Amino acid sequence: MTTPPQPSEPTAGSTTVIRPPAGWQLINFAELWQFRDLLYFLAWRDVKVRYKQTLLGVAWAILQPGLMMVIFTLIFSVITQTYDKESPPYHVFVLSALLPWTFFATAIANAGNSVVGSERLITKIYFPRLAVPFASVGAALVDFAVALPLLLIMFPFYGIVPGWGVLLLPVIFLVLVLSAAGVGTMLAALNVAYRDFRYIIPFLVQLWMYATPNIYLDLKPPDPERVTRFSWVKQLLPLNPMTGLVESFRAALLNEAIPWHDLGFSAAMALVFFFVGCFYFRRVEDSFADVI
Amino acid sequence: MTVLTIQNLAKCYRVQATGKTKSAYGYRTLRDDLTDWVKTPLRWFGNAAAASVQDFWALRDVSFDVKRGEVLGVIGHNGAGKSTLLKILSRITKPTLGEVRLKGRVGSLLEVGTGFHPELTGRENIFLNGAILGMRRHEIQRKFDQIVDFAEIEPFLDTPVKRYSSGMYVRLAFAVAAHLEPEILIVDEVLAVGDLSFQRKCMGRMREVGRSGSTILFVSHNMPAIEALCTRALLLDHGKVAMDGGVHELVQEYHRRVLATHGDGGSTLSDLNSPTRVHKIFRSVTMLDEKAEPTNFLPVGGRFHLRLVLDAPIAVEAPNVTIGIDDSLGQRLLSLQTPLTNSVLPRLQQSGVLECVVESLPLAPGDYWVKLGLAAVPDEIDEIERALRFTVTEGELFGSGRGHHRGLCVTPSQWSFQAM
Repeated sequence: MTTPPQPSEPTAGSTTVIRPPAGWQLINFAELWQFRDLLYFLAWRDVKVRYKQTLLGVAWAILQPGLMMVIFTLIFSVITQTYDKESPPYHVFVLSALLPWTFFATAIANAGNSVVGSERLITKIYFPRLAVPFASVGAALVDFAVALPLLLIMFPFYGIVPGWGVLLLPVIFLVLVLSAAGVGTMLAALNVAYRDFRYIIPFLVQLWMYATPNIYLDLKPPDPERVTRFSWVKQLLPLNPMTGLVESFRAALLNEAIPWHDLGFSAAMALVFFFVGCFYFRRVEDSFADVI
Repeated sequence: MTVLTIQNLAKCYRVQATGKTKSAYGYRTLRDDLTDWVKTPLRWFGNAAAASVQDFWALRDVSFDVKRGEVLGVIGHNGAGKSTLLKILSRITKPTLGEVRLKGRVGSLLEVGTGFHPELTGRENIFLNGAILGMRRHEIQRKFDQIVDFAEIEPFLDTPVKRYSSGMYVRLAFAVAAHLEPEILIVDEVLAVGDLSFQRKCMGRMREVGRSGSTILFVSHNMPAIEALCTRALLLDHGKVAMDGGVHELVQEYHRRVLATHGDGGSTLSDLNSPTRVHKIFRSVTMLDEKAEPTNFLPVGGRFHLRLVLDAPIAVEAPNVTIGIDDSLGQRLLSLQTPLTNSVLPRLQQSGVLECVVESLPLAPGDYWVKLGLAAVPDEIDEIERALRFTVTEGELFGSGRGHHRGLCVTPSQWSFQAM
C-alpha cells in the first residue's frame, strides 16, 4: 500500500537553531530560494482562485486597465481636449502607463492584505513569511502579462515602432517589481499590527495614482515667471518611485527620450523602499503568529 | 544520536488586563498607539512597559533531549503549554528565552489541511498543501499516486474540495502530510479526526514513520493513542516539565492530576459562571461507583451513576434535564434526557437530588466529559459544558475475561453457531 519513508531530501542533516527574536535580521534569500515552489504555488493559487470565483475570469486583468483607458481618454482627449499631441494617441499614451501602474496598485493592495488574510497558514505552519506578500506580487505579475498584449496590438495600428529603449524595459520592470514588493511587504506587516491599514490601503493607492504621471502629461510650467513658488514640489516627484518608473516605462515603449534623471532617482528610491519594507517585515514577522 | 535539544525554553505572552483602553482584540489599532505615544513619549525609547500589560508564562524552564527514533508523547491538561511547545518547535512562534536545536528536516502537522483552498480541486490542493508543508514540486509529483491511494479519493481528484465530505477532506489532508517524510515529525491532536478506520490507518502510518528512524513528537489528549504509539512521554504542568519517562507511568500520573483538578468524582458547580447559565440550578454533579462512593473511573461496560444536586432559585415548571456525554474532542456520544424516558420531573421549587443510572454504559475506554442542561419550555435555564470529567478504564468486558476491543461503543452480544 504505502512504502515506508525513504531518506529525506535536500536539507537532511542540517541543524536548525531556534532562539528568541534577535531584532533586526537580514533577508534570508537562501531560505526563500529553498521555498521557491511555495512562492510559485501561492501565487498560482491567488490567480487561480480569483479567476475561478469571478464570472469574467481572466478577462478582468484586461478589462481593468482597459476601462480606465477608455474613461481617461474620454475625459482628457475627447471632452476636455487637454491632450493635444498627434502621436501617440492619448489612449496609447495613457495605457502604456496604466499597465505598470495597475500592476503596482494591484500588487501593493493584495500584498498589503495578504498576511492578514493568511492567518490560518501563519498560525499553523512555518515557512519564510516573506513568501506571502511576494506571492501576491507574483499574482499581480500574471495579470500584467495578460494585459500587456492589449497595448502591443495597438502599436501597428498607429505605426508605433519601439526603439532601442525596449531593451531597457526588463530593467525598469524589475525595479518596478522591487518597489511593489517593498511597499506591499511594508503594508502587509503594518496591517498585522494595525488593522487600520485595511482602510488606509485603498485610499493610499488612489492618492498615489494622482501623484504619478499616469494620466497627465509631464506638464512643463508654461511661464518661467510662475516657476518660483511651487517648482520645488516638482523636484520632489521622483521621490515617488513610480514617477520615474512609469515615465521611463512609457518612454521606452513608445520610443521617446528616457528621462534618465527621474529614472535614476526613482530607481534609488525603489531600492530604498524594497529594503526598508523587507527589513521592517523581518523585524516584526516573529510576532505575527502571536498577534494576528 | 540526539536530534532535538531543548534548553531552558520559556515563552511569555503579554496579556492585556481587561478594563483598560486597549483594544479588546489581540491586535492594536493605530489610534491606541497614537494616543499612547502622545501620552507617554518616553515609551518611544523603550522604557516602562504599559502598566496594563501582564506577563503570562506559557512555558518555563523547559529542557529535554530527544534521540533519533524516539516517539515522544507530550501530555498535560489544557493550558499546560503543550501547544506552545509545539508552536515553538515548529518555528511558528519564537521563544522568549532558551534555545532549541533540531537536526534534520522538520515536518509539523498542527492541523490537517492547512492552506487547503475550497475552490481548488483535490489535485490542485495536493500540490499547494505539499508546498506549504515544505515539499518540492518534483517530490510531490513523485508521491502523487501514493497520496491519492492513501486518501482514497481518486474519482474526485478534479472536484473542488468544497464539494468533498468532511471525511474525504480530512483523508486527503492527512494523506499529503503523511507523505512528507521528515526526520522529525511534530504532530498535534490531528489524528483525532476522520472515521475510525482512517484513524487506524493514520496511526499505522505514524508507526511506520517511527520505525523508519524518524523522530516523532506527538501531542494528544487521547491516552490510548499515546500508549499505543509512544516510546516515551513528557508530562507538562503549568508550563513546566512535571515528569519525563515511561509512557504508562505518565499516563497514570496524568489521570491522577486530572482527577485532582476535577475533585473526587464530583464537581461543585455553584461557583461556575458562564453566559449559558441563566439561573444556577445545578449545584453539584458527582459520579458514584457500585458502593455509592464518588469516583472518576468507570470500568468498561460498568454501571454509570450520576448524582445531581439541584437548587431552585426560581420555580421551574416541568424541567427537562439533559446529560450529554462527549468524548475529549467534544463529539457528543450519548444524550440522556428526562423527557425521552418518561421520567418527567415535577415542578422544581426547592433544592433536590436527581439521580441518573445507566446499568451498563456502552462506551469504550477513554476520557469523557459530562455536559449538563436544564430547560423548561421554551427557555434554556442552565447549561454547563464540561461539568465533570471521567475515565472509562480498560477492564474485563462483560465477564468474558477479555479486555481488548475497538470502536467507540461496547455492548453485550449473543452469538450462536450451528454446524451444517
